[in-house]
Amino acid sequence: MLHVTYLIILLPLAGFAVQVLFGRRLGDPLAGAVATLFVAASFVVSVGVFFNLLSQPGSVRSFNQNLWTWIPVGGLQVHAGLYVDPLSMTMVLFVTGISALIHLYSIGYMKGDRDYPKFFLYMNLFVASMLILVLGNNLLATYVGWEGVGTCSYLLVAFWFTRESAAAAGKKAFIYNRIGDAGFIAAVFLTFDKVGSVDYTTIFANLGKIGAGNITAICLLLLVGVAAKSAQIPLFPWLADAMEGPTPVSALIHAATMVTAGVYLLCRINPLLHASPDAAWTVAIIGAVTAFVAATIACAQDDIKKVLAYSTISQLGYMVLAIGSGAYEAAIFLMVAHAFFKGLLFLGAGSVIHGLHDEQDLKRMGNLRIYMPITFVTFAVGWLAIAGVPPLSGFWAKGDILENTWAAHPALWAIGLATAVLTAYYMSRLTGLAFFGKDRWKNQVPIDAATDFADAHHAEGAIPEPHESKWVMTLPLIVLAVLAAAGGVMAFATPHLSLAHWVDPVFTGTLYNDHESTSTLWKLGTLDGVVAVIGVFIGLRLWITRAERPKLEWAFLRHSWYINELFDAVIGRPGTRLAEFSSTVIEDKVIDGAVNGTATLVRRTGGQLKRVQTGYVRNYALWIVVGVVVLFGFMLSRVWWS
Amino acid sequence: MTAATTAINGNINGEWYLALAAVLFAIGAFGLLIRRNVLVMFMCVELMLNAANLTFVTFANMLHDIGGQVLVFFVLVVAAAEVVVGLGIVVAIFRRRASATADDFHLMKG
Repeated sequence: MLHVTYLIILLPLAGFAVQVLFGRRLGDPLAGAVATLFVAASFVVSVGVFFNLLSQPGSVRSFNQNLWTWIPVGGLQVHAGLYVDPLSMTMVLFVTGISALIHLYSIGYMKGDRDYPKFFLYMNLFVASMLILVLGNNLLATYVGWEGVGTCSYLLVAFWFTRESAAAAGKKAFIYNRIGDAGFIAAVFLTFDKVGSVDYTTIFANLGKIGAGNITAICLLLLVGVAAKSAQIPLFPWLADAMEGPTPVSALIHAATMVTAGVYLLCRINPLLHASPDAAWTVAIIGAVTAFVAATIACAQDDIKKVLAYSTISQLGYMVLAIGSGAYEAAIFLMVAHAFFKGLLFLGAGSVIHGLHDEQDLKRMGNLRIYMPITFVTFAVGWLAIAGVPPLSGFWAKGDILENTWAAHPALWAIGLATAVLTAYYMSRLTGLAFFGKDRWKNQVPIDAATDFADAHHAEGAIPEPHESKWVMTLPLIVLAVLAAAGGVMAFATPHLSLAHWVDPVFTGTLYNDHESTSTLWKLGTLDGVVAVIGVFIGLRLWITRAERPKLEWAFLRHSWYINELFDAVIGRPGTRLAEFSSTVIEDKVIDGAVNGTATLVRRTGGQLKRVQTGYVRNYALWIVVGVVVLFGFMLSRVWWS
Repeated sequence: MTAATTAINGNINGEWYLALAAVLFAIGAFGLLIRRNVLVMFMCVELMLNAANLTFVTFANMLHDIGGQVLVFFVLVVAAAEVVVGLGIVVAIFRRRASATADDFHLMKG
């Protein structure tokens, strides 16, 4: 099966081609079904490749295939090549699997949309790009996928582009990602300059050639790309705005797959990080701060999708923190578990939004567990999993990370633990507001533009009674709920079959000694479980009884630490002023002045010179004679004085 | 420069021919500048060309070099061609304007 790995990418790409050619003709819902089939087929091939890879001995589980030479330019020989190893295989499995589920869900969610086939066209292109990113065997191939998913993210965030806010959010996502892309491509240039190749294997074999300073530089440049793609500080605000896209997009791209591309890239370049402790520290600190800041913001958001978006940023922060601490395996564990439970939570939120006729404001939900039982049960699994309540997957994944950060530095661990409490709290607040309490959606709420956030989503007037969604939407919820609940088996099934054992050959080693004594592990694990339960308890206790607690929702947090305002003041407004200066002064005076000045000079000179042209033949003759006389005079004078 | 002072036809020196050519050329040039009649100006141009021809022939004789005489034939041919074109233009102008004054035509004034 390993030799048909390219099929994994080719199938969604073929699906994309089918949608381009026949999407309109297939229509609703056939276009969605066809798109889902292609992605599901890709998943089936992935499973085949996975078992093929698994059948090989642990130490040689990798497969490098150069399909063709993509860029043959002198010393730069870039192949379009695939690299299959436990790391990329893990990514491929959950990317194709969750993509297939979310495609299925979208058939129901997008029903009746004006651009139904176009949605699946973008989704298939996204899956293909994501798989190129994951399977590429060199930095440039990864970069192609990196750009592809960025483009699809832009197209899908701005999918309902007739809405002003969605169009703006799409642009925001694109621009933030361009900043990251610049860092990424600079890192590629630097790598090529030092190594002469962009293949991962060649780079890792020639670390000595690069030099310590350059390794740090490459890591930090890639970190810029990672910060943009995986929404780390300071490039995270775009992910909250990206919630303007349809909810399946938020679930697939902005929770489960694309945003973890940064984490994947950091895992992929682990030998570089391993060689540069400074870069690893930077990564760890950025991850820890992001995890904490995003968790605090999530505590005060009203929009159900915004809460989940900041939660995603926070969880990505955990993964980045784990990588900075050298716990790559823990990062991958959380990445997979997070793909399960966050995908589940987003799809559950989508089901709620769908049931409430496009209402996204938590304060207008309530008591939905009665009306949407399947959504509630599955959502509750996701909620307890992300909160870290044992024995669900989140507990094991988060515990794994916290244990490793404890080994790296207690301060990082303390931030991680505080974030864990906040995570349990804000997720319980969300669940309490949406599924418990009174049926607030019955209230006729006048829409007050003055107190509303400009980007809040509202259903008009009173909301009709909520209803449970159809099977195409609940089936993915159930599958993901089972995975989110049972994901913990990846940690400890048996040492031989665990996820850590499976991906271990990819990594050169851990940065810190994480072999804590069994008693320490027990203490840390118990602490994780206890704080999770406490967080859940406080969150539920506070938010089931009342929906308005202004003292707990500081404006500072509601406005995301004023980071958008900060960027606006520091970059946005000076940039606008510079543009205005360029347009009024540089354009009008300097550039137009130079062009018009040249024209005036030529015109005036011509005006003076045209007097020479009298039109009288005798004048011209006279000038010729004068010229001849002068020439003769000159020649004669040369003869006489020589 | 003994060749330059060699007498032609016994008692007339080459310098005299050259001087005659210079006088002819000057008459032609002045005529071109001061006359207004297009036909007369044409004749002046011919005068200048033939003054040049005379110079060529004289030098050819003085320097015993046939090249100068050959060049005269070229000048004659070119002059003939020029006359054909020039007179053609003059006739065309006459038909339109019934006048032969060069100053009437200053359409090329800048």
